[in-house]
Amino acid sequence: MRIERRLRQPWWLTVVVPVLSIAAAFVLSAFVLLLTGHPPLRSFHRLFDAAFTGNGALSETVVSATPLIFTGLAAAVAFRMNLFNIGGEGQLYAGAITGATVGLLLAGSPSPLIFAAMIAAGAAGGALLGAIPGILRAFFSTNEIITSLMLNYIVGLVLEYLIFDSHSYLRDTSGFEASVFPQGKTLPDEAIWSSWTIHGLVLPLGFVLAIAVAGFVWVLYSRTRFGFEVQVIGDSPRAGRYAGMRTRRKIVAVMCLSGAIAGLGGASQTGDFRHQVDPRGLRAANYGYTGIVVAALARYNPFAVVLVALLLGGLQNAGFTLQGADFPAGLVGVMQGLILFCALGGELFVRYRVRFAW
Amino acid sequence: MANDHVDFEAAEGEVHALLGENGAGKTTLSNILTGLYRPDEGEIELFGKRIEFNSPRDALDAGVAMVHQHFRLVSPFTVAENLVLGDHRDVGRSFVLRPRAIEARVEELSHRYGLAVAPRARIWQLSVGEQQRVEILKALYQDARILILDEPTAVLTPQEAGALFETIRAMAADGRTIIFISHKLHEVKSVADRVTILRRGRSVATVPAAGATPRSLASLMVGHEIEAGRRQDGGSESGEAVLELEEVWAAGDRGVAALRDVSLTVCAGEIVGVAGVAGNGQRELAETIVGMRPATAGKVRVGGRGVRNGDPRAAIGAGVAYVPEDRLGTGVAPGLSVASNVVLKAYRKPDVSRGPMLRMRHIRELAERVIERYDVRTSGPNVPAWQLSGGNLQKVVLAREFSGEPVALVAAAPTRGLDVAGIETVHSYLRDAAARGVAVLLISEDLDEILMLADRIAVMYEGAIVGERDARVATVEEIGLLMAGGGD
Repeated sequence: MRIERRLRQPWWLTVVVPVLSIAAAFVLSAFVLLLTGHPPLRSFHRLFDAAFTGNGALSETVVSATPLIFTGLAAAVAFRMNLFNIGGEGQLYAGAITGATVGLLLAGSPSPLIFAAMIAAGAAGGALLGAIPGILRAFFSTNEIITSLMLNYIVGLVLEYLIFDSHSYLRDTSGFEASVFPQGKTLPDEAIWSSWTIHGLVLPLGFVLAIAVAGFVWVLYSRTRFGFEVQVIGDSPRAGRYAGMRTRRKIVAVMCLSGAIAGLGGASQTGDFRHQVDPRGLRAANYGYTGIVVAALARYNPFAVVLVALLLGGLQNAGFTLQGADFPAGLVGVMQGLILFCALGGELFVRYRVRFAW
Repeated sequence: MANDHVDFEAAEGEVHALLGENGAGKTTLSNILTGLYRPDEGEIELFGKRIEFNSPRDALDAGVAMVHQHFRLVSPFTVAENLVLGDHRDVGRSFVLRPRAIEARVEELSHRYGLAVAPRARIWQLSVGEQQRVEILKALYQDARILILDEPTAVLTPQEAGALFETIRAMAADGRTIIFISHKLHEVKSVADRVTILRRGRSVATVPAAGATPRSLASLMVGHEIEAGRRQDGGSESGEAVLELEEVWAAGDRGVAALRDVSLTVCAGEIVGVAGVAGNGQRELAETIVGMRPATAGKVRVGGRGVRNGDPRAAIGAGVAYVPEDRLGTGVAPGLSVASNVVLKAYRKPDVSRGPMLRMRHIRELAERVIERYDVRTSGPNVPAWQLSGGNLQKVVLAREFSGEPVALVAAAPTRGLDVAGIETVHSYLRDAAARGVAVLLISEDLDEILMLADRIAVMYEGAIVGERDARVATVEEIGLLMAGGGD
């Protein structure tokens, strides 16, 4: 058996291979289910029902998927230029902090103004955090994987400090209960992001924003000078320099953009769903790291990021709903692992072909 | 064909130099001698016995070892550990690594041949010269009777080179045979007993070094047969100076000066050829002119105006086009489409982009026009550049560089790796450019190419321009001598 690089990649491969990869993941999951004595088809059916078709299931899936779209796009934007921003997690926290601060400060203002300000603040918070590894990489050739990853822990601890270990502006210090069980200050009603209901499907503002960002990223990367430079530098930094591109600036700009998108995810967490800074919840959710998986599965394509985030979000959501005695609790995790495994393995068949020689 | 019926013999205790230009077949020959390649025809005899090497290990067992230009050492390991690594006869065969066991022998060898290295030092702590000594020790440790040194002085300072020559003579005095590969005449003269000259894969002569002069060696090295095909039209009477370098210095990748006080002028409509053996500062010269390498001193002027130092965009803005030596990776972004590569520099111009947006239709049309006009063989503008053949890739690069309507063109090794038709095409483009009044600087290791195209020839040696000649009257011998550092 020989594996050789494909000379041309037919366009349909990029569609067929991921679909087959996911199908393969389901087949493998079926084996796991059989081994543990669960009927595979019925389990899949329940899973699908709980994720997408059940009563209110799709709305819940959208809630799970929204942060993953943001962090997935954040990762994709940077990875496209071979900048490995692992800091989506911390940049999301930063966006949650700045978004919540602005939301609380502007209490009493008209809602649209607060929303706009929270969105801007979230993006700015994430961008500032993204700029740190970006500048270090551009001017001191520091490995951005390490610096952005380390910042996650720093911001995570800052997040806990703000709520658990200090009497910060963000902490709720109003009543007795709040002093025993520390928690974030709840946003005023006018700062809670709107949502729209279409045929029973609830679409939060953050989700709509995430779709808009996906469209923006697509246009930016395929239709603009900025995106062109990112593609060239990502492919060959020397060619970028040869063509007179300002490579360093571009590195900083892309890291800021990536951080800003993750920061929007944080603002959306505060404004849409949690309505306060929630360190435990945010840290347990691992949105930033899952976003890297989402980006990888989506092959850094912004629209595919949306689809993959909905798929993984659906699985996650179904996992919560079905948790119980008759449903294998670990199945969802196993399936996520298998999907990742199969999808990354499937990549091989897009770029290479396998020949059997005998 | 890299080697074409090469006859070559070296005696015991002899230092035998292999002399030739780049691409003359020196490296291929040594790869055959060390078992890396197998000859298609002919045979190798060692101490009168016919042998056949199937792998480098066979060669090692027979006592043939090579010191490569790029060292094969494991840098976190100590000197002794590196010696044990290549050893499959003695200590190296035991399962437990005992580098201490060989330290005594290492000391003895290094003492005998003047190869001062501490056996317990780790490779990364050593200078380049010391690392080379480790490579030689490795060969000696394996009892090599024949040592092949591939351009050993390329990485050394003159003092280190002097010490190396002492070592070489000591080894020869011990009855070992040294094959010394070089393209520097004075070295060959000073260390070798006999010299075999290779040209285009053939051995043209073997002469005793004592009787040879740099001039005679140089003429053997570059050959005579290329007098025809010389540029006859004499070029348009050159216009005003377009590209000027004034006492330019620049550092190489290792930090030492790679350009030393280079002054050069190229006039409108003129082709100036830069000749020289690879690694004498040509790449750095090109990169400095186009802003990819900052000059540490001196000035580059285009059309009489200084260009911002170390800023490729400034050079492009001043009208300097550049065909880089490294086509795939610098000249094009290999993973991007042909169309993207056509607009690699022009994407900032108003006909390709409007404000921040690219005009995709225009880009596509532009690419299609280039593909048609320059006859690029590809299935379409969306094919990634790495799929194109070398010649077609070069057409894309040239098309892009000419479409920027440059006033000066720097072409580095523009025909390397191309087939005959591709070379013809590139040459005709360069001539056309000069005819249109572009100042062309042609940097090439191929002397024939330079003699064929250039009006004037500047020869580089060790980072400096050691001579300039009118191409219509310069002789090959003269240029070859300058290239090998034997000039003026």
